[in-house]
Amino acid sequence: MNQQLTDSAPASTGSATEAPAPAPDGKAGGEASTRRPLALLIGGIALVVVLAILPLLAIEIPGVLPGPTYTPGTLQLLAYAMLIAALALSYRMMFGLAGLLSFGHALFFAAGAYGLGMALEYFAPVEWPSELIFLASIVVTLVFGIVLAATVGSLALRVTGISFAMVTLAFAQAGSVLIRRNPGGATGGDEGLSLDIANVPDALVGVLNTRNLYWLALGILVFVYLVVLWVERSRAGHVAEATRENELRVRVLGIRPYRVKFLIFIVASTLAAIAGMGYLLLQSGAAPRIATADFTLTILVIVVLGGVGYRWGAIVGGIVYTLLDQRLTALAGSDFIAGLPAVLRVPLSEPLFILGTLFILVVLFLPGGIAGIPQRIRTGRKQHPVESEEAADA
Amino acid sequence: MSTVLLLVITGLGLGALYFLVASGLSLIYGLMGVLNFAHGAFLTIAAFLGWEVGRRVSDGTWWGLLLSALVGMIVGAIVAAATEYFLIRRLYERHIEQALVTVGLSLASVALFEGIWGTDPIYTAKPDWLTQTTEILGAKIPNDRFLLIACAALVLGGIVLFLRRTRYGLIIRAGVENRSMVTALGIDVRRSFTLVFAIGGAAAGLGGVLASVYYGYVSAHLGSVLLIFAFIVTVIGGLGSLTGAAIASVLVAVLQQFANFYLGGTGDLVVVIALAAVLLVRPRGLMGKVA
Repeated sequence: MNQQLTDSAPASTGSATEAPAPAPDGKAGGEASTRRPLALLIGGIALVVVLAILPLLAIEIPGVLPGPTYTPGTLQLLAYAMLIAALALSYRMMFGLAGLLSFGHALFFAAGAYGLGMALEYFAPVEWPSELIFLASIVVTLVFGIVLAATVGSLALRVTGISFAMVTLAFAQAGSVLIRRNPGGATGGDEGLSLDIANVPDALVGVLNTRNLYWLALGILVFVYLVVLWVERSRAGHVAEATRENELRVRVLGIRPYRVKFLIFIVASTLAAIAGMGYLLLQSGAAPRIATADFTLTILVIVVLGGVGYRWGAIVGGIVYTLLDQRLTALAGSDFIAGLPAVLRVPLSEPLFILGTLFILVVLFLPGGIAGIPQRIRTGRKQHPVESEEAADA
Repeated sequence: MSTVLLLVITGLGLGALYFLVASGLSLIYGLMGVLNFAHGAFLTIAAFLGWEVGRRVSDGTWWGLLLSALVGMIVGAIVAAATEYFLIRRLYERHIEQALVTVGLSLASVALFEGIWGTDPIYTAKPDWLTQTTEILGAKIPNDRFLLIACAALVLGGIVLFLRRTRYGLIIRAGVENRSMVTALGIDVRRSFTLVFAIGGAAAGLGGVLASVYYGYVSAHLGSVLLIFAFIVTVIGGLGSLTGAAIASVLVAVLQQFANFYLGGTGDLVVVIALAAVLLVRPRGLMGKVA
């Protein structure tokens, strides 16, 4: 597959933000469109730098973070949020860019987490230096993830639309059942798999080293973002986008959408597996929950909450969702809630109820998601800024 | 022989449960193109409210069960119709978003049920006869299977009669076949959307009460477990086809029982493999219309 970067600035900004109306953008002239990516680039790098030095600072945001930013608890939460954001980003590439509504994305996340966990255990008796074992486990897991993605993808992509969603759901369900069934004691069943730390580098083990895990999570997020950006701006990305909008027209032009969709499927799934490996190291274990259809639905909720049409929407969604989930759980156990009458107390003590309701409200009244808010304010449009979802259904 | 018979009848009983959920799903998808993730929630709320009413009136008698079933059906129908009216209707023709709203609804409602009734399953009482077994050709068959099969057959018959003999049924059938043509003829198909949701909700509500009889408990996750299998059944049977859903429910459930017994509890996996196989060989399902 030819993956050349398109270097013409106006074209790339157009595709990057998926701006609904290219006309006003084009009118602004060349200077604005060449300056914007540069500003975005600098802003992005600055953001990453700020996030990277966060463990060295003592910033407190009461109500949002459980404590100052250097404490392991906060870093753990932030790292988890970034991994979920990375996962959401990979899902957005599949659902938002290529229009593939998959209900099986959790399978690949779980494949990364469980694959690495099992590989570490399998290699443990081998007489290699532990760094080599760790690296070999990662490589084996990656290969496993790619093979799994290729298998599922080649089968599932033979059908489209709802049938595609169902085939991916079926595979994910099969994976979830396998993990719960605990074949040969390999997955730990309902108890989950705990990380065998014998061959994990010391820097990634223990509460004191949470900041290293935090940097690892940040690294994974940046890596996933760059890969997604690269794919999205490549020719394959443009073909995927075109296929989402009108598959027939792409076929008429003489391009085979299947290969591009297959490629996107594999890349997105592999990225999910990478996020899964980070998850295993961060949580020092894997729970069967991450393989369920509910988990995929959660990712879907995150992507839609953040805004399907925007790449950073998935990141914002992932972080907002994780923080909300965590803080709402804390709120649910607080004295304030316990003092309320039952009518208010029962719904408010269930974080998922609040998140689900919030999600319904966003779908109904804020179709661009959180990331679409600035666009809506700027244009004052009441309509959906990106009508990408309709094509996915066709 | 007796084992095979037991497995077949137990499979039919489970298939009856699948059918009660899948019939609504299939009709809703066929007419409106909405993949309804909230269908499990309709089932669960009906099961809970049916149980609440049933135990207050008379616990573990036939009257109690009958009342539960009635309450379940009414609750299911009302909740489903309200969902359609307040949430789905606003997103007319935006199928992905309609599905997303139902996803949100199912997440929120399961959490709410957990908040109200707790996370543990609540064991239910049922009439004595249902706890006993009947011997047919040497196979001891739990009596509640017969109740499930009878109810599902009644629902299937009722829906088929409604679709074939009434004017609304005609509109629904025509709408499944070709919605734009029906609209072009000057009939407002949207009116029948609420109706289809209510019918599907009522069937799911009855399914909820019967599921609490079959499993012996009610829990907040009753619906989500059945929903996944109902989805599989709906897709295997062909989206939009009621007979397809009926045939597929029986096939899937019997297959599941046999695999569980003879292949060491691999029923769930076998069903999933069957789904993948059917979709790859015949993407529109057994009785689905050509996409």
